[in-house]
Amino acid sequence: MIIEIGHFALILGLGMAILQMTVPAWGAYKQDAGLMRIALPAAQLQFVLLLVSFLALTHAFVTSDFSVQTVWQNSHSAKPLIYKISGVWGNHEGSMLLWVLILALFGASVAVFGGNLPDQLRANVLAVQASIGVAFLLFIIAASNPFIRTFPAPFDGNGLNPILQDPALAFHPPFLYTGYVGFSMAFSFAVAALIDGRIDAAWARWVRPWTLAAWMFLTLGVAMGSWWAYYELGWGGWWFWDPVENASFMPWLAGTALLHSALVMEKRDALKVWTILLAILTFSLSLMGTFLVRSGVLTSVHAFAVDPSRGIFILVIMLIFIGGSLALFAWRAPLLKKGGIFAPISREGSLVLNNLLLTTACAAVLIGTLYPLVLESITGAKISVGAPYFNATFGPLMVPLLLAIPFGPFLAWKRGDILGATQRLLFAAACALLVIVFIFATQSRGPWLAPFGIGLGIWLVFGAISEVAFRVKMFRAPWEEVFRRLWNLPRAAYGSMFAHAGVGVMVIGIVATSAWQSEKILAMKPGQTVAIAGYEVVFEGVAPSAGPNYQETVGKFSVRSGGVAFMQLFPSKRRYTVEKQVTTEAGIYASWAGDLYVVLGDALEDGAMSVRLYFNPFVRCIWFGTIIMFVGGFISLSDRRLRVGAPRKTKTQPPLPAPAE
Amino acid sequence: MCRFFFLILAVILIVSGPRVSIAVEPGEVLDDPQLETRARNISVELRCLVCQNQSIDDSNAPLAKDLRILVRERLTKGDSNRQVIDFIVARYGEFVLLRPRFGWHTFLLWLAPPAILILAATAMFFSWRRQQGPADSGKHKALTADEQKQLKKLLSGD
Repeated sequence: MIIEIGHFALILGLGMAILQMTVPAWGAYKQDAGLMRIALPAAQLQFVLLLVSFLALTHAFVTSDFSVQTVWQNSHSAKPLIYKISGVWGNHEGSMLLWVLILALFGASVAVFGGNLPDQLRANVLAVQASIGVAFLLFIIAASNPFIRTFPAPFDGNGLNPILQDPALAFHPPFLYTGYVGFSMAFSFAVAALIDGRIDAAWARWVRPWTLAAWMFLTLGVAMGSWWAYYELGWGGWWFWDPVENASFMPWLAGTALLHSALVMEKRDALKVWTILLAILTFSLSLMGTFLVRSGVLTSVHAFAVDPSRGIFILVIMLIFIGGSLALFAWRAPLLKKGGIFAPISREGSLVLNNLLLTTACAAVLIGTLYPLVLESITGAKISVGAPYFNATFGPLMVPLLLAIPFGPFLAWKRGDILGATQRLLFAAACALLVIVFIFATQSRGPWLAPFGIGLGIWLVFGAISEVAFRVKMFRAPWEEVFRRLWNLPRAAYGSMFAHAGVGVMVIGIVATSAWQSEKILAMKPGQTVAIAGYEVVFEGVAPSAGPNYQETVGKFSVRSGGVAFMQLFPSKRRYTVEKQVTTEAGIYASWAGDLYVVLGDALEDGAMSVRLYFNPFVRCIWFGTIIMFVGGFISLSDRRLRVGAPRKTKTQPPLPAPAE
Repeated sequence: MCRFFFLILAVILIVSGPRVSIAVEPGEVLDDPQLETRARNISVELRCLVCQNQSIDDSNAPLAKDLRILVRERLTKGDSNRQVIDFIVARYGEFVLLRPRFGWHTFLLWLAPPAILILAATAMFFSWRRQQGPADSGKHKALTADEQKQLKKLLSGD
């Protein structure tokens, strides 16, 4: 019964989306305020209906209702509750439902919070947003309906892919989708602006918070995926340039560029046409990511739940939206007036450089991901494009970008002073140099370029801090004034500081773990000790064990430092009984200096076990850096000037009394 | 020129790093550390054919293991890195290479990223030039010192 309610709500949701797509757009064309306003209740109702539908499916998964085909194919009664819930989006049908649910959520948010938007713009935005919803709802209902029943109901389900049964991965897709789908807002605003033929700085002000929110979630989603791959796949690596990873990384690169170009548009009324194009491209890449992952055209370690027959449907949707919006762009973009003039060395100029490098890097990833597919379909030749290609093309683009980041915030709008900026960055440069010298003096191992990589990370961190320190006159003004300035500094300034420093922390993690990872591969007998990176690891033996839906062989390792045992690690090999698959669970001892990472291999003839041990120095910095970036985005989003619907402040805040010291 | 320099740097960084393998098993490791390092450097460039997008260095599949052993056999017989790779490509086709070779079928793949960078930079330059308007097109006289000063004041004020 609940399933039928969910199914019915889904179809009603499609009806509501069709209403939201057509009537407000007609109203905007006819300048009829009443018709335009229909978009508001329609968007909210569409969201509620899809939420009902989603909850109904969740209910079926939680109660293990195997009369529903999707549940039967992807769940099992013995699964822990959390994976019954995450199983809702751990399969094709459910994940598409989550996709449109988030799409509707963004639409409803515009309806609720977009009170200060001009009526016509809001109506057009919601109509465009609904048109995406209509396409994907049609796809769900026609080609991947999660509510199909099967009769007679099977006794138990087929289970969920064991490597997906993991806490980080349980919440990876919702974050990723919120990011992907969040860029639909930028897309809808861009298309609405093109329909209007009018665009101004206020437009950028409305678009930026949505883009920022989407970017934050995508950042976290991508980081979670990488974190999961690190400890669950048992390879110890954290990024593989896998096509599916690339599919989520490309919208991130384009979205990062969009955030920065929208800034120029908001502050200086320049780069309008480019920003519109970038908004369209970013969402197009999100759509392409959905298509690539869901259609099965890519071979990937991450491509679960794929079905080639549905690929054509998503391909058509993708072509309609990308082709349509680009055609509209070609037709209407010349109408947009150009704005603000600026010198090459200026804040605008630095953001243009940012966009140039980010979009080129994005293009390199796109070409590397799609080239083998295109080549094979044209000539039949099969080639592989893997990590070595991406390192050679993407890497060189990142070096100048990272070097340039700290300069950007120091340059004034319109015309900047590069010499002055350099002077203000001397402290950061000195810190970086000091660290480089220190590493050269203490480290004899590893590639000679690695210390420069670490220096680059330090340069980013201190460069970001320098900017705020300079703005608050740190060490140059009395403390009261510094505190007052710290308090009054716009949150967006702190946001960009954290985001840029986060990039630096991430760079440090990436360079350190790639350059100075140590490894030991050996056959160990119980009682044997091995030394790695200052630790002694004792293999105590293996024991069988059983979980709720798996059997496992657990290895016991004691970690000693200076003769004192302080930690035990239990890497294991799991055999999932229903799915008949084996997964490895690494034993990880995490510290700030690095991770001790132990993987249990196969049993060898003479009672020994094959064991692999790694020490990954500073590897946590990679994900810690992305969390700092997320926090930066959050602080920026909380800035009053960016908040949607916040009235413009007319008075400046009265200066606070200086804290007593 | 600068780009070229960075490219070289990146290649050195990537090639010279110690290779850490995820899948290599205890029995496979060669006694000669130099030879083992070379084996690793080759392994990360070769695709495990039955896997999805993993190098033979990362894969637990039996075929990957066979290929790792094959690489080491060829190396101990005195093959150069190039010879080992050629040997494996001759057997399994170019699909096995994770870094596709430059040729008529891959020139777009390798040249498109730098070409895009150059084209985009050029386009941006011209769009910036157009924005500045015709600077010295005869009709306009150069600014006087006074006007220059005024201009500077306008540009520096917010």
